[in-house]
Amino acid sequence: MTAHPALSPRVPDPALGGIIKLAVMAVGGQGGGVLASWIEDVARACGFACQATSVAGVAQRTGATIYYIEMCPGTGRPPVFSLLPAAGDVDILIAAEMMEAGRAILRGFVTPDRTVLITSTHRVLAVSEKSVPGDGIASTDEALAAAGIAARHLIAADFDRIAIDAGSVISASLFGALAGAGVLPFPRAAFEGAIRASGKGVEGSLRAFAAAFAAAQAGPAPPDAPAAATAPTVAPQPTGPEPLIAGWRALTARIAAFPAPVQDMAHAGLSKVVAFQDLAYGAEYLDRLASLLPQDRADKGHALTREAAKYIANAMAYDDVIRVADLKTQGARFRRITSEMGATDANLVRVTEFMHPRAQEIAGMLPARLGARVEASPKWMARLDRWFGKGRRLRSDTLPAFLMLHALGALRGYRRRTLRHSQERAHLDRWLATALDCLATDYDLAVEVIRCRRLIKGYSDTHARGQSKFDRVLAGIALVAGREDAADWARRLREAALKDEEGKALDGALATIRSFL
Amino acid sequence: MAERSFRAEVEDLRLGAGETFTGEGILALTKALLENGVGYVGGYQGAPISHLMDVLADAQDLLAELGVRFEANANEAAAAAMLAASVHYPIRGAVTFKGPVGVNVASDALANLSSSGVTGGALIILGEDYGEGSSIMQERSHAFAMKSQFWLLDPRPNLPSIVRAVDHGFALSEASNSPVMLMVRIRSCHVTGTFTTRDNRRPALSVREALSAPRSDFARVVLPPMSYVHEQDKVRNRWPAAERYVLDHKLNERFGPQQAPVGIVVQGGMYNGVVRALQRLGLADIYGETQVPLYVLNVTYPLVSSEFLEFAKGKDSLLVVEEGQPEFIEQSLSTFLYRAQSKVRLHGKDMLPMAGEYTGQVLLDGVTAFLKQAAPHLLPAQVRAPNQDAPAIPDLSKTVPVRPPGFCTGCPERPIFAALKLVQKDLGQHQISADIGCHLFGALPPFEVGGATMGYGLGPAANGAFDGGGERRPISIIGDGGFWHNGLSSSFTNMVFNKSDGLAVVVDNYYSAATGGQDLMSSRARNATKATGHPISRAVKGIGVGWVREVTNTYDVGGLRDLLAEALTTKEPGPKVIVASSECMLNRQRREKPLRQQAIRDGRRVEAPRFGVDEAICTGDHACIRLSGCPSLGLKRLDDPLRDDPVASIDQSCVGCGNCGEVADAAVLCPSFYRADVVHNPTPWERRRAAFRARVIGWLQARRQARRLDFGGAA
Repeated sequence: MTAHPALSPRVPDPALGGIIKLAVMAVGGQGGGVLASWIEDVARACGFACQATSVAGVAQRTGATIYYIEMCPGTGRPPVFSLLPAAGDVDILIAAEMMEAGRAILRGFVTPDRTVLITSTHRVLAVSEKSVPGDGIASTDEALAAAGIAARHLIAADFDRIAIDAGSVISASLFGALAGAGVLPFPRAAFEGAIRASGKGVEGSLRAFAAAFAAAQAGPAPPDAPAAATAPTVAPQPTGPEPLIAGWRALTARIAAFPAPVQDMAHAGLSKVVAFQDLAYGAEYLDRLASLLPQDRADKGHALTREAAKYIANAMAYDDVIRVADLKTQGARFRRITSEMGATDANLVRVTEFMHPRAQEIAGMLPARLGARVEASPKWMARLDRWFGKGRRLRSDTLPAFLMLHALGALRGYRRRTLRHSQERAHLDRWLATALDCLATDYDLAVEVIRCRRLIKGYSDTHARGQSKFDRVLAGIALVAGREDAADWARRLREAALKDEEGKALDGALATIRSFL
Repeated sequence: MAERSFRAEVEDLRLGAGETFTGEGILALTKALLENGVGYVGGYQGAPISHLMDVLADAQDLLAELGVRFEANANEAAAAAMLAASVHYPIRGAVTFKGPVGVNVASDALANLSSSGVTGGALIILGEDYGEGSSIMQERSHAFAMKSQFWLLDPRPNLPSIVRAVDHGFALSEASNSPVMLMVRIRSCHVTGTFTTRDNRRPALSVREALSAPRSDFARVVLPPMSYVHEQDKVRNRWPAAERYVLDHKLNERFGPQQAPVGIVVQGGMYNGVVRALQRLGLADIYGETQVPLYVLNVTYPLVSSEFLEFAKGKDSLLVVEEGQPEFIEQSLSTFLYRAQSKVRLHGKDMLPMAGEYTGQVLLDGVTAFLKQAAPHLLPAQVRAPNQDAPAIPDLSKTVPVRPPGFCTGCPERPIFAALKLVQKDLGQHQISADIGCHLFGALPPFEVGGATMGYGLGPAANGAFDGGGERRPISIIGDGGFWHNGLSSSFTNMVFNKSDGLAVVVDNYYSAATGGQDLMSSRARNATKATGHPISRAVKGIGVGWVREVTNTYDVGGLRDLLAEALTTKEPGPKVIVASSECMLNRQRREKPLRQQAIRDGRRVEAPRFGVDEAICTGDHACIRLSGCPSLGLKRLDDPLRDDPVASIDQSCVGCGNCGEVADAAVLCPSFYRADVVHNPTPWERRRAAFRARVIGWLQARRQARRLDFGGAA
C-alpha cells in the first residue's frame, strides 16, 4: 500500500463540514448499482444524509459506468450535494476493474492529497484489447504503478477472485474492502446489516464481504507473486515408461552442453516437440539447434539460438488434425474440464467438440506424394470437400466420437510421411535458410527473421492469412536488408502485421519502406 | 417484464400526508403526479426516463384504484397526442419521454397541442439525455419550447424541488392554457433523496367520466382562421399569464446576499454544480449558504424580464450558467439588459465552454475565471496565486482502453452481426444502414457493420435513395423496438410503395431491450394489460412484402449467413425482409436462472451449458473474438515461454448461448472451442451409461499414456 507521508491529508474545508465523496467506477453488468445502494443504505442507517446518482440505460451495457455518492453527518437540514464527481475532489474511489481504476486516475478522480483508491486488480478486457491478432492487452503493472503514485492510500487485490471463491459477485467483495479500509465512519455490523436488508444471496455476499474485509485490512500481498512469474521457468520433467525416460534424459543431457541463455528455451521446446511426436523428433530438434550454435555469437547472448529454440519448436509442433485429436482425447483434459466447470461427482459432464475439417486438412493427412497430387487436382479437392467439409459436432465423451478421435490421434507414428509434414518441413527449411542468409552480414536481422515465425498461427483462413503476412514481412525484410536499421524495420514490420486482421498496418509500414528506397 | 422491477418501491407511492419518502427521482415524480390528481399518464421509454415508464407499469394497480389511465404509448408522438384529452376536458395529464430525440418525434403533436391550448394541466416530463452517459446526439430540447410556446421547467435537482415543480407545472399549465415541459437531466432522474409526502388525489374528472359527457370546441381546432387566433392568443394572453404565475408563485429562486457586485444566473438543473464550485472556493457552505448571489431559473422558458432586471440591479457583472448550445438564455438576458439600457456586464459562454457537459471541473474553472475578473477579492489567496507541488501522475491516456457499451454476454444479436460479417466476406462489402437500439452496437468493433443511423424506426428508410438497386443490394437493420415505434409506417411501407430492392433485417429480441426490456407488440410474454404476441412477420406480410423469412434461432450463424446470402442474391423483386428472432439474453437469464437453480435444488434434471477453450489448441490469433466480442470471451496469458500471444479464454460468466461454437464452425476458425454441459441430477440410467463410457475411455487413455512420455497434458 502506498502512502505519501509528505502530503498530509488536506484538512477538510470547515465550510464543507466533511462531505464524504465516493465514486464507484465499474464495467456495465458488474453490479455497481447494487454496491452503490448498499453504501447508501449503510450511510442512512448510521444517521448520515446521503445522495447517490447513476446513469442507467444503454450506456450500461458492458460499457464503463460510474456511480457517485455523497454523504455527511445528518443535522436535519438538507445539504447541497453534487450530482457528479469532480477531478481532484473525490475522497474514496472504488474501481471494480483495473483499467477502470486507470480511467479514474486519467480523469483526475484519484489524487494524492485525498483519495483512497480501492481497486480490483483483475481485468475485464475491452474489445480493442482482445481483437488484435497479437498481444493488445493493456498493462496492469502500468496502471497499478500509477495508482500507487496517484492515491493517498491504495488497496488493491483481485476482488473478483475473492468474490467467485466465496460463491458471490464482486459488488459484495468491494463492499467488504470498503468496510475493511476503515475510511467510512461506520461499524462493520452496519455494512453487514445493509447486505442482510437487501435479502438476496445474503450468505454468499457475506462470505465475500468477510474475505475482502480481511484482505483490505491485511494490506498488499507480498511482492513475491509477480517475481515468481518472471523467474526462469523450468520445464517439467515428464513421466512415463523407463526406456522412454532414459531416452529423454539422454536428450536433456545434450541441452546441458548448450550455452546457458539457450537452455531454458531449448528445454521447453524439446518438451513440446517430444510431446507432439516422439524422442527421435526431439533429437532432430536438438540437431537443428546444435547446427546453429557454431554460427551464433556469445557477445549477443546467443540470441539467435535462443529465439530459434522457441520458434523451431513451434514450427515443428504444427497444428494438424492428429495433434488436435490427440489433445482432445487425453485424460488430463477431461479432468481439467470437469474441474473448470465446477462439476462434482453428483454431476455428469458432456463435452461437445466443434470441428470443421476442410479438403486441405484431409489432403494433408494423405501420404506426401498422393496428397500433393490430390491437392493439385481441383476435382479431387471438391470431392473431398463434399465428403468431409462440413461442421461436425462431436460428443467426445461418447464412444463413437471418442474412438474416432482416439484413432486419429494414433496416427502419430505415420505423421512424418504425410503431405502436411513435408509442407511444414519445407517451410521450416526455407525460413531458416532465409535467416541464416542474413546472419553473415546482419546478426540482428537474422534474429528478427527467426522471430517472424510468430506470425504463423491459427487454422484454415486465419492460418492462410498468417502465412501471407509472413511472406509479405519477409519480402519487406528483403527490401531493407543491407541497411543499418534493417533489424529495426524487420521488427516494426512484424509488429505492424500483428496489429490488425487484414494487415492494413503492415501495408502502411511496407509503403513507408518503399517510399525511402 | 422490464429489466428492473419496481414492485417493492411502488408501495411507497401509497404514502400519505406527512410521511417521508426516500428513494429515486423518478419515483418522486410519480408520487407527485398522484398527489396532484393526474387523470391519465403515458409515454415512451428511453434513458433517462425508462424507469419512470417501468414505475408506472408496475404501479398499475394503484393507478386503477385512483381512476388514472396508464397508456404505454407506441411512440413519443402518440404520447404527446394523448395530451389532447386536456384540450377540452379539465383533466390533468402527464406523459414522459426522452429529449431531445423524443421531442423530435413528438413535435408534431406538441405544436398542435400548443396551438390549441389546454384546459386541464398538460405536463411533459422530459428526460434530457445530455452529457456523460448519453446515447444520442448532443442537442437541447429548449428550442422546441421557444418555437411552440410551451413552458420549460428545469428544477433544482433534489427531490423536494422536483416534486414542487410537478405541482406548479400543472397549475402553470392551467393558468396559462399552455402545455408545460418539466425537464430532468440524466442524473436527476436517478438522484436519491427524501421529501415529505401528501395524500394521493383522485382526478376531479376521470377520463372514463369524460367519455360520458363529450366536449368539443371549434375554436380549438388548428385550422384557419383559428390558427391565427391561437398565435395572437399565445402572445397576448397565455405568455403574460405564464409570466404572472412565475412571478406570483416565485418559481425562480434567489439565494445569497441582496447586495453584491456580482451574481450568477443559473439553470435550476445546474444549481448543485454551481454551489459545489462555490463550496470549493470557500464561498458557500454545505447547505448552500452562498456569498455570491444566485438567481436560479427553475423556469428556463419563458424568462421574466422584470424579475431578472431586479436581480441585476446594483451589480457590475453577472455570469450565466447555461449548459449546451446555442446559448438561448444568455441571448435573451442580453436583450433584456440592452432594452433596459443597463450597464451590467453579462458573462456566460465567454467564461464557460459553448458545448459539452458542465462537469464539476468545468464549473469550477468557469466560476473561478468569472470571479477572477469580476470580483477577485472574493477568491481565496490560493486560487489567486496557485502554489501546487503535487507529484506528477503518470499519463495513462495511451494505456487505458476505451470501453464503449456493447452487446451483453450471450446476446442473440451478436451472431446476426457475425453472420453479416461473414456474408460480406463472401459477397463483398454492402451499403448498410442501421436504426436505434442495441443492434447499433454492431457498428462498433469488432463487427463494424453499418455506418449510419437516422433515427428510431428509420433504418430502412435511410436506405431509400438506394431502393432502386444496383450491383449489390442495400441492407438495413432495425430492431423490434424501432419496428413498432415508427418503422412499420416510415420504413416498411416506404420500401413496399417504392418497390425497394433492398434487404431489411429485423432484429427481434422480444423486448424494447436497449431501454430496459419493456414489452412490445411482438413480445412473447403474456402481459395482463397489454396485447402482446403480434408477430412482426405478419405485419410486414400484411403491408405487402412478398419475400419474408423468419429465423427463430439467431445463434445458427451458418444458417443465417446462408439466408442472408439468399436474400442478397435472389431474383425475386421487391423488398426482402428477414425477421431474426431470439430472446434478449439479459431478460432470459433473469427469468430462467432462478428457476434453474430452484430445479437443481429440487433434485430435477438440469443441463447447464458453458463453453471452454483448449489452450493448447488455441494459437492466439483471436479470430474468434473478431467475430464475437462477447464479454465472457477474453484472453489469458499462458505461463509458457514458447507462446508470445495470449490465448482465448472463456470465464464463468458464459451463459452457453452457443455463438462461439457456431462461429468457429461457420467461419471454419479452429477446433479449440468445446461446449461442456454439466448435467445436474442425472437419471440413474444416464449415470450407468456414463460410467460405462468412462471405463472404456479411461482404459484407452491409460493404455496410450503408458506408451508415451507424459508432459502433463501439453503437446
